[in-house]
Amino acid sequence: MMGPLLISIYVFVLAIFVGFEVITKVPPTLHTPLMSGANAISGITIVGAFYTAQTGNVALSNILGCLAIILATVNVVGGFMVTDRMLKMFGQKRKR
Amino acid sequence: MSPASSPSVTATLVPILYLVSAVVFIFGIKGLTKVRTARRGNLLAAGAMLLAIVATLIDLGTIDYRWILAGLVIGGLIGSIAAVKVEMTGMPEMVALFNGCGGGASVLVATAYLWYRVVEPAADGTPAALLGADSAVSSVLSILIGAVTLTGSLVAYLKLRGWIFGRRISGQPILLPGRHVINALVGLVALGAGLAAMFLPTGFGLAPLIIVAALASLVLGVLLVLPIGGADMPVVISLLNSYSGLAASATGFVLNNNLLIISGALVGASGLILTQIMCVAMNRTLGNVLFGGFGGEASAGGGGASSEYTNVKSYGAEDAALVLESAESVVFVPGYGLAVAQAQHVVRELADLLIERRVKVTYGIHPVAGRMPGHMNVLLAEADVPYEQLLEMDTINPEFKETDVVIVVGANDVVNPAAEKTPGSPIYGMPILKVYEAQTVMMIKRSLSAGFAGIKNELFEYDNTIMLFGDGKKMLQDMLAEVKAAG
Repeated sequence: MMGPLLISIYVFVLAIFVGFEVITKVPPTLHTPLMSGANAISGITIVGAFYTAQTGNVALSNILGCLAIILATVNVVGGFMVTDRMLKMFGQKRKR
Repeated sequence: MSPASSPSVTATLVPILYLVSAVVFIFGIKGLTKVRTARRGNLLAAGAMLLAIVATLIDLGTIDYRWILAGLVIGGLIGSIAAVKVEMTGMPEMVALFNGCGGGASVLVATAYLWYRVVEPAADGTPAALLGADSAVSSVLSILIGAVTLTGSLVAYLKLRGWIFGRRISGQPILLPGRHVINALVGLVALGAGLAAMFLPTGFGLAPLIIVAALASLVLGVLLVLPIGGADMPVVISLLNSYSGLAASATGFVLNNNLLIISGALVGASGLILTQIMCVAMNRTLGNVLFGGFGGEASAGGGGASSEYTNVKSYGAEDAALVLESAESVVFVPGYGLAVAQAQHVVRELADLLIERRVKVTYGIHPVAGRMPGHMNVLLAEADVPYEQLLEMDTINPEFKETDVVIVVGANDVVNPAAEKTPGSPIYGMPILKVYEAQTVMMIKRSLSAGFAGIKNELFEYDNTIMLFGDGKKMLQDMLAEVKAAG
């Protein structure tokens, strides 16, 4: 009935809608943290990079895969950490 | 999805873990939309990422981990050092760089996948037949979007930083003649070469075609962001953020991985929402921001050179402090100049002193003040300003009439009454902070020079406006000292 491509497209379109529904009316205070947090999530490509770097060969695919893992990890680790740093500053205010 | 190596248990377990991860991502992003839950939301998202990584390693089973480990260690070190070291004032640059990394990773994954599956095994036939036409076409899209994100973010980074190879570059748009035609051609080359690579037999030069597609896409990213000026950066950064998500989604289509598709789509949606908010705040369409080259050519129609001012009252810190002493309510309006002068801490000190003296102090934040969405909020949060004091444009605007003193620090276009009163002005129709309605407006500015829009600001000539010329931080420090001395 439904090919894998069609299922993927369904998933994609529905996920976009979920995204819109979940994120509507984000307050301006959180624009930057939302952006940098979401950005860290886009580093999910790291998962794809693993598949292309799974042998010990010294081949272009492995080198590119390793580079991809480096970039994605920078994005993920840096992104989540820097977002946390920002949000910690927002949180402190309420204790004062 | 990995070839062989998966016994039936992991074949079911891994997709379930991916599903859990996707759901936790959604909760994480939802958390990021409320101040109270934001920190937890970010941690949830990080946890979901970890789960996704673990699930993938389970899926891969026994493999050679050397390349993967090397990548994780190097990337983790760079990322964590960057995250700890960056100053809050350097946040727009950092976000742009991380964004570029996300796009770069997508290009590399798609390219590496093509090499791993088609080029290196030297398979016969067309990649579209070998991988499936959907995977093949998606990999071209992944390369295209990822590469545009990568170089577009790098150009944005350089524009935000303001210098390259030791030379200052201006935030002004760089407009090439016939740039729309050039962009369209480069885009067509990228897409054409990519699709040709996928649908021609591998013998036709698969590798060179992919490289041409990737290079053309990288060039396209540069060309697309070069014509966009500094003050439009909030829109560009939001849009690039969205692209990095779409690139991840495209990679998901390549690998047939729903987790990538879902998380990428979430990021894509969040970037689009921010882009939309930024465009509304400037009363401009996305097309106008992307293709308009605003600011470079607009000044001609702005009416009068920006240096022609009459009836400008210039005060010193001492006089300003006198005015402040009789004020009962003060609103600070920060702009990009606040970030440049790093004046956020002095602003907060002055605010604290005024609050001690029972003055009502708030901050009016324009949505596009600064160089990224929420830029001012982050800066002021760093200076320990309670976020409850930061008021959005719609909340603060009705209050200006009852405000004694507005102190504008390094903002210009977002308080320019021309947006309301001068049809034909390039910024006409843009929602502004109505500071001119206040009893007194203090503009802290280096000179009478125009803002990004390159147009005159009549507010400087209003009877209730006083100009405080000088560096923002220095001027505020002087005012702080004067107010203290007077108390």
